[in-house]
Amino acid sequence: MANLVLNNLVKAYGKTEILHGINLDVDDGEFVVFVGPSGCGKSTTLRLIAGLEEITSGAIEIGGREVNNLEPKERDIAMVFQNYAIYPHMSVKKNIAFGLRSSKASKAEKEKRIQEVAGILDMVDLLERKPDQLSGGQRQRVAIGRAMVRDPAVFLFDEPLSNLDAKLRTQMRLEIKKLHQRVGNTIIFVTHDQVEAMTMADRIVIMKDGYIQQVGTPDDVYNRPANTFVATFIGAPSMNMIDGEIVEGGVSVGSEAVLSVPIEGHEKGMVTVGIRPDDLKPDIGTPVLKGTVTVCEPLGPETLLYVETGQGEVIAKADGRTAPQVGDSVQLGVDLSTVHLFDHKTGVALTS
Amino acid sequence: MTSIAPTSVSLNNARPTKPRNMGQIIRWLILFFGGIAMIMPIVYMISTSLKWPHEVYNVNLMPDDPTLENYTYVLEDGRFYIWFMNSAIIATLTTISNLLFDSLVGYTLCKFKFPGRTLVFIAILSTLMIPTEMLVIPWYLMSQNFGWLDSYWGIMFPGLMTGFGTFLMKQFFESVPDDFLEAARIDGLNELQIWWTVAMPLVKPALAALAIFVFLGNWTAFLWPLIVTNSPELYTIPVGLSGFGDEADVAWELIMTGAAISTIPTLIVFLIFQRFIIRGVVMAGLKG
Repeated sequence: MANLVLNNLVKAYGKTEILHGINLDVDDGEFVVFVGPSGCGKSTTLRLIAGLEEITSGAIEIGGREVNNLEPKERDIAMVFQNYAIYPHMSVKKNIAFGLRSSKASKAEKEKRIQEVAGILDMVDLLERKPDQLSGGQRQRVAIGRAMVRDPAVFLFDEPLSNLDAKLRTQMRLEIKKLHQRVGNTIIFVTHDQVEAMTMADRIVIMKDGYIQQVGTPDDVYNRPANTFVATFIGAPSMNMIDGEIVEGGVSVGSEAVLSVPIEGHEKGMVTVGIRPDDLKPDIGTPVLKGTVTVCEPLGPETLLYVETGQGEVIAKADGRTAPQVGDSVQLGVDLSTVHLFDHKTGVALTS
Repeated sequence: MTSIAPTSVSLNNARPTKPRNMGQIIRWLILFFGGIAMIMPIVYMISTSLKWPHEVYNVNLMPDDPTLENYTYVLEDGRFYIWFMNSAIIATLTTISNLLFDSLVGYTLCKFKFPGRTLVFIAILSTLMIPTEMLVIPWYLMSQNFGWLDSYWGIMFPGLMTGFGTFLMKQFFESVPDDFLEAARIDGLNELQIWWTVAMPLVKPALAALAIFVFLGNWTAFLWPLIVTNSPELYTIPVGLSGFGDEADVAWELIMTGAAISTIPTLIVFLIFQRFIIRGVVMAGLKG
């Protein structure tokens, strides 16, 4: 086990820079999830850590040792791929044993290790099978087994769940989390799914266009987003973004309300007001917006309301049993402590 | 699939029955004549091999007085064994060489980026566009200069690696996802090991197809072995068989007998390799 340090990591293909100086410290045993939309550089970062791509500048340290110029096999890492990449011509056992090829352990020790891993992953009965006789979830477990058997300093997961169906994904998510609690290795996990990021991570790294937008615990990034990108990326449905203006005593949202939120230290002028749909409710809290319900999405315990207001369409949440109907006029209210303010131009969070 | 058509059509009460059956009839006819066209030379070869010399020029398929005399003659003639062994050695070694080197070069061209890669690939492809008849002259001069005339090596060297095989293997390696190779790289294999233990098993169908092509090509090769060899003990089967008979007459019944015997190894090679030609091997290790 080991910590991982990314120091001003830059990756460019020709003149096109993909990563623009990534800095990150990952503690020993930490579960860190990289999340972001396609093309944000998260997989590239992972491949740089693995040594599958050469870094343009900067440094990567694993366990206090700079690994920039080391081959993947010398970095003490293991990687699980999105496509699983288990060898179709080898049995499950051989696939798992493949990870031990370069190990100097005796045959008996290797066998013991394979059985141990198969036991943890509940695959003892499947060891003699070929990959084409396995389900998607089982194949993914073989891929994880092949990584686990080497007991690497750092596990790298490259969107390992995105090829599984929704139910299996939830199940594997839980299994990987339990596995981490059990083996305790450092894990870097890449995904584009913010639910995976929120549910699994000790810390989330949110990336966009080759820059880290925010690093923090799931609570941090959800409740204290650093900018409008993080605010809208994390949480489903996305946070409502409404134009507002800092005025005497608070923030005015259109002509409808002045929210008395703390504005000390901020100059008067336009701001972006962020309110999560969960915090925007009909007839509760401080009134913010008025509008007409255009679409209702009943989810059982609660109903999502799409409300057309003077500030554009917003999404609110109502109690499922007493939700307004399409066409109803509603007054939406909010608990002022949950209101986020962002700079209107840069999108950076203003609330401290 | 087509067999269910009449049932479903009759259930639906109809109209399209005739055209569908007509289509079927035409398809069967095409297949029938295609099959006849392909099987006739073989049937004729076997038929001729069972005829006495005086009957050879009769076009009847069934010999009037079938005989195995030709087989006894060819098999008792010691030369045939030598030609057979020559062909076997040359075709086998060439096949092995092609499987190794075509795939190695194809893999390199497919999976590695290096300056001049496209140029090398185009150069290899361009060799496909030159007919053998044009190549035999430089091959001959080369053999003469290096002293390879009238030797196994002289017969084999032009075919040890082929542009076609390289091209075929390169295209097949394109279907091997890089994830497999990267996983192996992380697992500590060097590039040669990755090629051999990971990539090669994934392109078995292509290797099998290439093996069949190369083996058949060399087994039946005539022009170059004829040109490069002088000693009868280095003749391959096609070259040797062409010499059956005397100046006055060609002994077709013996040539056909030799040809019939010589198809046996090609059938064996086909039977061995065709089982590897299974689609979808590569996909099994990926998302399911």
